[in-house]
Amino acid sequence: MSKHTPALGNERRRSFKFGYKTRRELPLHFMLLPGLVLILIFAYIPMVGVSIAFQNFIPLKGLFGGQEWVGLDNFDYVFSMPTIWQVVWNTLRIAALKIVAGLVVPIAFALLLNEVRNVLFKRTTQTIIYFPYFLSWIILGGILIDILSPSTGIVNKFLGWVGIGPIFFLGENAWFPYTMVVSDIWKTFGFNTIIYLAAITSIDPSLYEAAAADGAGRWKQTWHVTLPGMHMIIVLLMVLSLGTVLDAGFDQIFNLYSPQVYESGDIVDTMVYRMGLQQTQFGPSTAVGLLKSLVSFILISTSYLVAYRLFKYRLF
Amino acid sequence: MLLRQTRGQKIFSVFNYALLTLTAVLCLLPLIHVIALSLSDNAAVSGGLVTLWPVRFTWEPYVYVLERSAFWKAFGVTLQRAALGTAVNVLLVILLAYPLSMSREKLRARTLYVWIFFFTMLFNGGLIPTYILIKEIGIMDTLWALILPGAVTVFNLILMLNFFRQVPEELEDAAMIDGAGHWRTLWQIYVPISTPATATITLFCVVGHWNAWFDGLIYMRDAAHYPLQSYLQTIVVKFDFQTMSATDAQRLAQLNDRSVKAAQMVVAAVPILLVYPFLQKYFVSGIKLGSVKG
Repeated sequence: MSKHTPALGNERRRSFKFGYKTRRELPLHFMLLPGLVLILIFAYIPMVGVSIAFQNFIPLKGLFGGQEWVGLDNFDYVFSMPTIWQVVWNTLRIAALKIVAGLVVPIAFALLLNEVRNVLFKRTTQTIIYFPYFLSWIILGGILIDILSPSTGIVNKFLGWVGIGPIFFLGENAWFPYTMVVSDIWKTFGFNTIIYLAAITSIDPSLYEAAAADGAGRWKQTWHVTLPGMHMIIVLLMVLSLGTVLDAGFDQIFNLYSPQVYESGDIVDTMVYRMGLQQTQFGPSTAVGLLKSLVSFILISTSYLVAYRLFKYRLF
Repeated sequence: MLLRQTRGQKIFSVFNYALLTLTAVLCLLPLIHVIALSLSDNAAVSGGLVTLWPVRFTWEPYVYVLERSAFWKAFGVTLQRAALGTAVNVLLVILLAYPLSMSREKLRARTLYVWIFFFTMLFNGGLIPTYILIKEIGIMDTLWALILPGAVTVFNLILMLNFFRQVPEELEDAAMIDGAGHWRTLWQIYVPISTPATATITLFCVVGHWNAWFDGLIYMRDAAHYPLQSYLQTIVVKFDFQTMSATDAQRLAQLNDRSVKAAQMVVAAVPILLVYPFLQKYFVSGIKLGSVKG
């Protein structure tokens, strides 16, 4: 059906009643109003608030009070900090590891689950593996702190039985980033597996029949039909995930790190929190946040653009 | 597909079932261990005897937790927050998604509006300016600080928008011919037809509010106003017992600290466990709608 059905008479009515369209639109504008006001206040005013990055911000004077402008001093200060590049490196490293593992593990499990013929088993497994996704990092953090404790945790107790001596997963720089990656996978892989399983179910079954007729076994069918059938969604999610490479996971790291693992685990977001809200260095902290937002903006825009060009992906 | 399996396939199949079972078990074990801890007595826990089954079963940690007025207070804040916050979220999403789902002929400024909302997904002011704004408009330490900043959830808006677009235009036109305005069309046609989408988004919002902790931590000056997860954060994760009275501390000394923490985590997870069957059903379609759309 076309969008304009002449029989409705809209076209004709508009021609002799000027402003009809505007009046017809009014309720729509009213519906948008509350949401618009809220987003202007809570999203757009903070965007203007990034001017704090260029000020010697004194909270008493207020967001729009006459603050002293200091140019790029805050940025100079931040880049003279000895730990700054360490923090950037930590962020990129943890995020990159999470992105890679977060692609590989769910794809592997989607392929394995797809081979399962027993529907009950398949559904039960799915239900179990994506349960942790719905628990907060507070609860999962509490669980991890307990089970990974070097003195009382069951993980180290188990390692002790097989002769590996206690490992302080959350307290040693050598282990901390990997503990973050593995526990993040624990929380999210079940959820992501479903996305890939959905992609697999939309593959045309006749392709499998054709492949089988040509003598392809299960393994070859997976390799030549299933994986190529999934490649669109895989590349799409990979492209989109690149936009988040500066998000190494604040919720998780904030709840699990401690000063002794700052060297390997402090990320941009946790640093902004400590500098800003704990040490009230508003200017420098906003400067770091602004840089992060700008880089993220470029990365996210680029990945949306690439996703659109390559796959006609549109969010709306 | 029901061809006879070769030996290789049989071996693979056994291996596959074993691996998947093992993974599923590994996902659950930590949770089961925590439940077991929460139901075991002090000596058993400190002796390290508890693995997957309670040793010398006791409800005492739960009794202790459930007698804490601070715990219930936090629980109450979270309930209020989840109820009010979700209502606001869902109402706004519906009100926004309807006009934005219109064609450009019906709402000429549509593209501009969509960009205003979409842009907030690309760029944001960051932690400090947002924090200072909340402070300056004077909603610190109130429930509004937990509800208003996240009231418009653009991701959910997009889900709803795409759902509304699937409503046949003829249906809308027919309603309009019968004299229904935009408000009637929205509430009597779009909303009833989109129950699955509304359910998905409601669940997203409930879980989101239930699990949120950071805003409570930074916007509530008084720890007595903390929602549940923020309260838990201070005692389970950060080991900060400042929120505790002297008598509380005395009783805690007879219990095992780990059991008490475990009991609190379990109680905080119970509501999610209760909505999980519903989540399960709706989330799958929600994810498909959101992530793998054409």
